[in-house]
Amino acid sequence: MARFKRPEKNRSVPKLAPRIAALMAMIVLVLITAALRLYYLQVIKHHELAELADRNRIRIQRLPALRGLVFDRRHRALVDTRPSFDAVIVPEDTPNVDATIARLEKLLGGQNNFSKKIEDADDEGRPEYEPVMVDEHLDWSQVVALETHQMELPGVSLQVTPRRHYLYDSLAAHLLGYVGEVTVKDLNHLPDYRMGDDIGKFGLERSWEGTLRGDSGGQEIEVDSIGRRLRLLREIPERPGNSVVMTIDLDLQRVAEDAIGERAGALVAIDPNTGYILAMASHPAFNPNIFAGGIAGSAWHELITDPSHPLENRATQGIYPPGSTFKVVDSIAGLMDHTLTPGTSYYCSGGIWFGNREYRCWRKQGHGNIAFHRAIVESCDVFFYDVGQRLGVDRIAAWAHALGLGKKTGIDLENEKAGTIPSSQWKERRFHERWYPAETLSVAIGQGYVAVTPIQLAVLAAEVANGGTLYKPQFVRQIDALDGSVVKTFPPIVANQTHIDPQALEELRSAMGDVVNAPNGTGHAARIDGIVVAGKTGTAQVVKEAQGARTKETALPNRYRDHGWFMAFAPLDHPKIAIACIIEHSGHGGSSAAPVVKAVMQRYFELNPPQGAPLPAPAAAGESAPVDPLAD
Amino acid sequence: MAALDRRIIYHFDWTLFSLALALCGVGVLSVISATWGGKHHGIDPLVMRQLVWVGVGAALMTTAALIDYRALGTYAYAFYALAVALLIVVAVAGHSTGGSRRWINLGILNLEPSEIAKIAVVLVMVRYLREDPPKGGWNLLHMIVPALLLAVPAVLVLKQPDLGTALILILITGTLIFVGGLNWRMLMVLMLGAVLAAPVGWHFLKPYQRGRLVSFLNPQSDPLGSGYHIIQSEIAIGSGGAWGKGFLNGTQARLNFLPEQTTDFIFAVFAEEFGFFGSIVLLGLYSALIARGAWIARHARDRFGALLAIGFTGVVFWQVAINIGMATGMLPVVGITLPLVSYGGSSLIAMMAAMGVLISINTRRYLF
Repeated sequence: MARFKRPEKNRSVPKLAPRIAALMAMIVLVLITAALRLYYLQVIKHHELAELADRNRIRIQRLPALRGLVFDRRHRALVDTRPSFDAVIVPEDTPNVDATIARLEKLLGGQNNFSKKIEDADDEGRPEYEPVMVDEHLDWSQVVALETHQMELPGVSLQVTPRRHYLYDSLAAHLLGYVGEVTVKDLNHLPDYRMGDDIGKFGLERSWEGTLRGDSGGQEIEVDSIGRRLRLLREIPERPGNSVVMTIDLDLQRVAEDAIGERAGALVAIDPNTGYILAMASHPAFNPNIFAGGIAGSAWHELITDPSHPLENRATQGIYPPGSTFKVVDSIAGLMDHTLTPGTSYYCSGGIWFGNREYRCWRKQGHGNIAFHRAIVESCDVFFYDVGQRLGVDRIAAWAHALGLGKKTGIDLENEKAGTIPSSQWKERRFHERWYPAETLSVAIGQGYVAVTPIQLAVLAAEVANGGTLYKPQFVRQIDALDGSVVKTFPPIVANQTHIDPQALEELRSAMGDVVNAPNGTGHAARIDGIVVAGKTGTAQVVKEAQGARTKETALPNRYRDHGWFMAFAPLDHPKIAIACIIEHSGHGGSSAAPVVKAVMQRYFELNPPQGAPLPAPAAAGESAPVDPLAD
Repeated sequence: MAALDRRIIYHFDWTLFSLALALCGVGVLSVISATWGGKHHGIDPLVMRQLVWVGVGAALMTTAALIDYRALGTYAYAFYALAVALLIVVAVAGHSTGGSRRWINLGILNLEPSEIAKIAVVLVMVRYLREDPPKGGWNLLHMIVPALLLAVPAVLVLKQPDLGTALILILITGTLIFVGGLNWRMLMVLMLGAVLAAPVGWHFLKPYQRGRLVSFLNPQSDPLGSGYHIIQSEIAIGSGGAWGKGFLNGTQARLNFLPEQTTDFIFAVFAEEFGFFGSIVLLGLYSALIARGAWIARHARDRFGALLAIGFTGVVFWQVAINIGMATGMLPVVGITLPLVSYGGSSLIAMMAAMGVLISINTRRYLF
């Protein structure tokens, strides 16, 4: 046992003093540790933590700039911005999100799934303390309910957001476009935008986004731990967007859309002396108001799957064979290249044989002996088969291109279509096939591969009207600041100048005048008392008919019926307005499109009575002519 | 006792008395800050109550200073029995707030028996340990009684649940046993046992207590949940910087970002407004108080007085260490008040009475 006996010193009675000393040593160590920790937090990490404290109490509230307004040419508002009341929640400020949401859902009623919206926002990368909009466009009773129960709804607040409002609903919808919430994808390359911001998605709203948007400002607001706003610390005012004054006329636009009615079609009216668009209609249309503040998925699906393509701007995106309106191009080409003279006469028997196929005139019994003037007035196909043959496809193509067909007009709208003007080279490139002379016949009457947009034909009508100046079509003439002061004006832009011999032009114009005004003219339906309207009808075949067969239009199912075209300008001697109109599946343009054009022209001359001013001298290519946009 | 000995007045420990009152002053200032709602609100009624408790506490401290502390030995077990009884009353008929049952509603005061339990456990332990230990120190068999004396109130307090007070009871018992002469080898065994018991203890923790531990180890794991308190407290303290934001200028407290800002997190309120400088001054006050307590223990005339001084000083130390450690993010969040500073009648009065006992011990070393 002795071996295991411990040394005597370990067997002594423990004294208090050394134990107290040991305890104190430990206490000193702990207190020094605490002091060092305080030094670390309060001195070393001070700046970082002070910033966090500020971030805690300071909420930066962005103030999105008021989006600019859109006016028609007479400063009548087309698009404005109105307050919309939305319920937003900052989940970080809500101690019990589920309970608060349950209360809110009960208060606001309706079939809402607010927690889903929060989840979705989080999935999309919502930053901390960024409010989530759970319900929008509250009505007054909902606003009042929310205000009175605010204390029971921590983290919930009312947000007044400006909401885009299109005063005339679907009027000029394709031209005005619409706004929508910026997408997560867009945010990556748009540093100035934040989640929830509106951005122009289509039409003018899109192409003039930079003008309309303005610069957003911000507020630094002190909030307490449950998000109640206590005071404003700092404010950076927002700069509202500028307003856009369009060249379109509200009255004309309305008349054009009413005249098209429920039919599918498009109309473009241009001032031939400036290239300013006076009206641009496309039907079926949509109501851009449904996009403001987020469109429901089902409504969107309906729009994009609608077989009548209501989102397509037929005026710039619809490509159609020009039909007989293309004879205007043939005429200019023929007269200028001297393959056609005003006196050239031809016998129309109702068709010609070419190769082993008969190419028919629209008039079964034929036109008999026919010269240029009557060929235009009565739209003789056989006459222009001959003109086309003499010219050859490549010369037709060269003239068509010079006049602006087969390429984009450059209008400030997304996804404009170029259309097609075929040439032998084009066919080689496209189909690796040579051009067959017979195909030239189809081209001559605006069929076959030829495809144009309504705006191109309106530009063509304007060129005939002004003597060959191709103005770039514009629909904005001025930018105004919020206070009404003019920021910028947009003078006409000459994109191309085609020399057309005045004599040849006179022949063509006079013939186009008789299209409308002569008793045998195909565009008789566009006649207006007191104004000489000049025009050209066209009928665009939708399906290639069996050879020689000319089925009666009314016997065909609607979707196979021809499109009716009418292009026109007026007054004949000093034109003020040029129009192209297509009505889909309406048969002859003279009976369907011409009355629409007439309605618009009539209204135009009611608003702008003709004074007999002389035609302005054509501006040189590449220069801009200083023209008062309202001088009409 | 009736005839007051003049020497008691002559040898009265003004140092300790002033230190205690200075800390009470810091407490009142901090409670004003923590409840400040702007000029138009004025002083919160809570501050008035705290001032009353400071007055009552000061009176009790003086009274305790005048009483011969040796009498406490006589009544130690009775006092302990009373404390345990109160804990049982709380368990049965206590007033509950926020899921825990900690208070007995006495009308003017919500009595918190766990504060009394701290004093009682110190008394009863010291009473037990005042005998000289055997050669080599106390061994395992000697520790059975203290273990049982600790277990009863500790379990009752844990049931409330009040992890913080339970922890203090364990720590102060450990401290007293150590100073009171525990065998060194036993000490090693106990420490090893504590380490091994930790996983078992985890099993007995409530989910929110586990959450606090997890979020302490990684506050960012749940910044809006359990980690919130730690992060916000660190932000408050750190944003105070070297010199502080100034009295009543702390945003973290004023805007209610701090949890329990009049009680458990009052240190953050103070540190935000008075900065590192103020924190060190406060830490200095506590250090002085603890040093004075240790000095009193060292110079006490009997073993009972020495251990009693160590016991009450120890309570102050452990609460300060854990409270500041928690506020600065070094320790997990447990509900422990900052002695003499945090709002609360029970803890303030109990603590000031304990300080009175310390004064009594110091004064009486000249008397016998």
